[in-house]
Amino acid sequence: MEKLLQLTISGLSNGMVYALVALGFVIIYKASDVINFAQGELMLFGAYLAFAYVAQFGLPWSIGVALTLLTAVIIGVLVERFVLRPLIGEPIISMIMVTIGLSSVLKGLVNAIWSPVPQPFPAFIPQDDVYIGPAVVGEDRLIAIGIAVVLLALFTLFFRYNKEGIAMRAIADDQQAALSMGISVKRVFAVAWAIAAMTAAVGGIILANIVGVSGEISFIGLRVFPVVILGGLDSVPGAIIGGAFIGLLEAYTGGYIGHGLDLVIPFIVLMLVLMVRPYGLFGKEIIERV
Amino acid sequence: MECGVFFTNYKADMALRRKPLQKVRLALFIAFVLIFPFFASPYWLNLANQIALATIGAIGLNILVGYTGQISLGQGAFMAIGAYGAGLMTARLGLPFWAAIPIASLVTALVGVIFGLPSLRLKGLYLAIATLAAQEIVAWLVTHWTSLTGGTEALVIPSPKLFGMRVNTDFRFYWIAVTMAGLTALFTANLFRSRVGRAFVAIRDQDIAAEVIGVNVYQYKLLAFAVSSFFVGLEGALLANYRTIISWERFTLDTSILYLAMIIIGGLGTINGSFFGAAFMTLLPAFINTVGRSLQTSLPAVATILPSVQQSIFGIVIILFLVLEPEGLARLWRNVKDYFYVWPFSY
Repeated sequence: MEKLLQLTISGLSNGMVYALVALGFVIIYKASDVINFAQGELMLFGAYLAFAYVAQFGLPWSIGVALTLLTAVIIGVLVERFVLRPLIGEPIISMIMVTIGLSSVLKGLVNAIWSPVPQPFPAFIPQDDVYIGPAVVGEDRLIAIGIAVVLLALFTLFFRYNKEGIAMRAIADDQQAALSMGISVKRVFAVAWAIAAMTAAVGGIILANIVGVSGEISFIGLRVFPVVILGGLDSVPGAIIGGAFIGLLEAYTGGYIGHGLDLVIPFIVLMLVLMVRPYGLFGKEIIERV
Repeated sequence: MECGVFFTNYKADMALRRKPLQKVRLALFIAFVLIFPFFASPYWLNLANQIALATIGAIGLNILVGYTGQISLGQGAFMAIGAYGAGLMTARLGLPFWAAIPIASLVTALVGVIFGLPSLRLKGLYLAIATLAAQEIVAWLVTHWTSLTGGTEALVIPSPKLFGMRVNTDFRFYWIAVTMAGLTALFTANLFRSRVGRAFVAIRDQDIAAEVIGVNVYQYKLLAFAVSSFFVGLEGALLANYRTIISWERFTLDTSILYLAMIIIGGLGTINGSFFGAAFMTLLPAFINTVGRSLQTSLPAVATILPSVQQSIFGIVIILFLVLEPEGLARLWRNVKDYFYVWPFSY
């Protein structure tokens, strides 16, 4: 029972980090139909930016985090303007490869600026133990779950009520129609990338708090694919539920079965979902049958 | 651009090399390949071997991605199967390498068909993600099926023996590598003059139209996966025999990405592009390394950031090619040829 609770909490907190990264992923896909392979590296970059502002420049953490988010937004807009926009209308493989190239550039940059040696992250989220019944849980993990849930709720509201969010949904639905209604597609794409970079930075900071800053952070980028496919590539609630599911699944397989099976089980789930229900649990059923 | 080129029979029109200049260029290239190893230093021989092997894999991937339009991120997994297949057959079963390599390639082709099954239902993005999952699953199997592969430990195999001679130097292996690369290129060039190859291209251009004109899309997609993985497995098997040490780090997702980068930079759906891409992506890191080494004497800090710089340049090159010349080096080469074909009256 104690083990189950422990695994549940750690699984959920990992799952919420996945959900945050998946959210950035979903936003970009929703707006522009681009699969962003660089999401993990955006996260890595965000974590290192926060590390630089707080630990290296000695700024108070509130200003440090605010600056990190601002820098992430700028990076997101620049990436959209100079890397993605020239490729609008190109085949899918070009889109995939350009984000892979981007991920390589970001990873190289991070390793060149900050050494690839893992470093402790300045803990500004308290890490004391909290007792929930018989289980011991780090406070940072609980706070991570809290931050993720709040952010995800905000984005759900954003897509429902905010003008920019509605415009994004309109473009996802029909680009031509959205254009003729006076929505600036370029602007919405830029906003999408800015939001994606920002959520990635938040996810990066949370994860760095738990595991420290190192290149490991970017591996989450790959583990997000099962999450988004399970939840549906264009669904915000899907990202949350998919994230929680994959996080828990990993924690339980790691805790009860072991043998490193937790590393591969998400991808087996991914294969099964693709075979049975490619649009995921909550995605729109417009996938083209072959 | 080919003005003044006409033929009076089909045989000449269908020929692989149609113009005298093409034949001259090919002859010069073959002559260079034959003479090269006698003058090259071991460093350059090593690079040439790497290029020849990478060309085989790049052509294999190009058959699938460039010609048939099925995106695959599973190249690393297929290479791993070829390499471990050949390695285990020579190290554990004692098969000679000339028997182990074709068997390993055939096994890879079979596995390729299995991984190709998702392509019957999925395409584009979803297929890319499915092959990504396949890549991760195979990588996991290789590192965790310890009793078979040795897990994360490297697998050491004896160097191949041919005509009673150990093929253990770059010079000796060069002939194997170049012969296989040449045969692969020849086979592929002929494949796309046949019904099968045209069916592949039809599926890439419009799968529904292909079905309407009588191409069995399912069958040919799986066949494309099989042919492609055969060559990728062949490269893996040859690589195992060249290095004589196999470790799983060679066959990660990064490898898949490297080969995709090769065919995109070289040119999708072209054979010479596969070669250009393989050469470019092999020579670029070597070049950066050389520059870095020479800078190192004056700037010692260069050595520590060199791998990161390489990684960044790798990404930048991919992005620049996609933005500026999506058709790759093969297109640039054609532009050069076209320019000189009508030179100096290029209007």
